[in-house]
Amino acid sequence: MERQSKEYEDIPGTTVFDADQCRKGYGINMFCMSLLKADNREAFKKDEAGYLGPFNLTPEQTQAVLKRDWNGMLKQGGNIYFTAKLAATDGLSFQQVAAMMTGSTQQQYADMMLAGGRSPNGNRSKAEWANKNG
Amino acid sequence: MAKIVAGVWTSHVPAIGAALDLGKTAEPYWQRVFGGYEKSKEWIAKVKPDVCIVVFNDHATAFSVDIVPTFALGCAAEFAPADEGWGPRPVPVVKGHPELAAHIAQSVIQDDFDLTVVNKMEVDHGLTVPLSLMFGQPKEWPCPIIPVAVNVVLFPPPSGKRCFNLGAAIRKAVESYPEDLRVVIFGTGGMSHQISGPRAGLINSDFDRAFLESLATDPSKATSIRHIEYMREAGAEGIEMVMWLVARGALSNNVEEVHRFYTVPASNTAVGHLILEDRDSAPSAMAAE
Ligand SMILES: [Fe+2]
Repeated sequence: MERQSKEYEDIPGTTVFDADQCRKGYGINMFCMSLLKADNREAFKKDEAGYLGPFNLTPEQTQAVLKRDWNGMLKQGGNIYFTAKLAATDGLSFQQVAAMMTGSTQQQYADMMLAGGRSPNGNRSKAEWANKNG
Repeated sequence: MAKIVAGVWTSHVPAIGAALDLGKTAEPYWQRVFGGYEKSKEWIAKVKPDVCIVVFNDHATAFSVDIVPTFALGCAAEFAPADEGWGPRPVPVVKGHPELAAHIAQSVIQDDFDLTVVNKMEVDHGLTVPLSLMFGQPKEWPCPIIPVAVNVVLFPPPSGKRCFNLGAAIRKAVESYPEDLRVVIFGTGGMSHQISGPRAGLINSDFDRAFLESLATDPSKATSIRHIEYMREAGAEGIEMVMWLVARGALSNNVEEVHRFYTVPASNTAVGHLILEDRDSAPSAMAAE
């Protein structure tokens, strides 16, 4: 049986965290959740790869976490509110991580926000993105 | 008899909490945000609610991906501020109102809303930032708080219409509680924002302003917004706005606007704020001047 396409897959630059993504990213998200405890944050910082072991991540997920590939973590089932715990462990703010995910410097991103943020115009659909970039 | 006398809506941006906790409120950037709440703090000091029901969402703090309740009602005697990775916010423990909460569970569940009853829950910025914005930095919060957590993290959240109708069921429950309590209900989260992926930073002021206007004048417009529209127009995380409809459903049609405020940005997010008094429940201008 073919899976129904999801209308929200047309939103550009966005991975919607639905039950399919949630199942795929269970390990990443539970790892991130463990970082709510200060002791666990310390243990993770001492031995990142070793700490990840019990969470049964795929090799790709493990690489995304170790390399802090924030977009990669989301694509592989992570959710931003969970990966924010990893950002906090690294001493980063939401805005710093957001800047990284958009490929801008923190200053560029902060300036964009002060100027009113990213406009919805040109950012509503994948077709709009293809026109803009192609 | 208890009654819901007013609704308060506000964004719950974590950076606002951090600015307060780190003493940055005097900076021009944050003055622009906090300035919009001066009138609100005076207003709520006069209203002196006996209880606040705070509709918010948990941001992967109390609920991981193991169990994700769509609607959860906090029935505990207290709720501790959570460590979200930066250490817990230095704010008072949130005291609940277990008797009213249990009564709401009785009434609302038998009214066809399958709430999850929660007897142990730490609360994150989603609940504590609105309290700070409205009550400042007191040693104790001035009244008991009943948390209502709505899932907006795992797609799909409940529909806008469902949220609105839950609010109406909460109103019915409150109005059948025998003690004379004046209740204020909070809707929190939003407004437009996206904090995930390459499209992060999206803000849609036109959408936000229309949403505020709809809450104040014609909520049927807001309740008909579909999830895809929230996410496309107001950012993937802008879908938090759907929670605002719970609080709107808990008020009657007979409302009077006390205050409205909107500014961009606070960190990644548009900040929206609205206060409506319910003239059916509080016919004499209770606090409005
Ligand atoms: Fe939120």
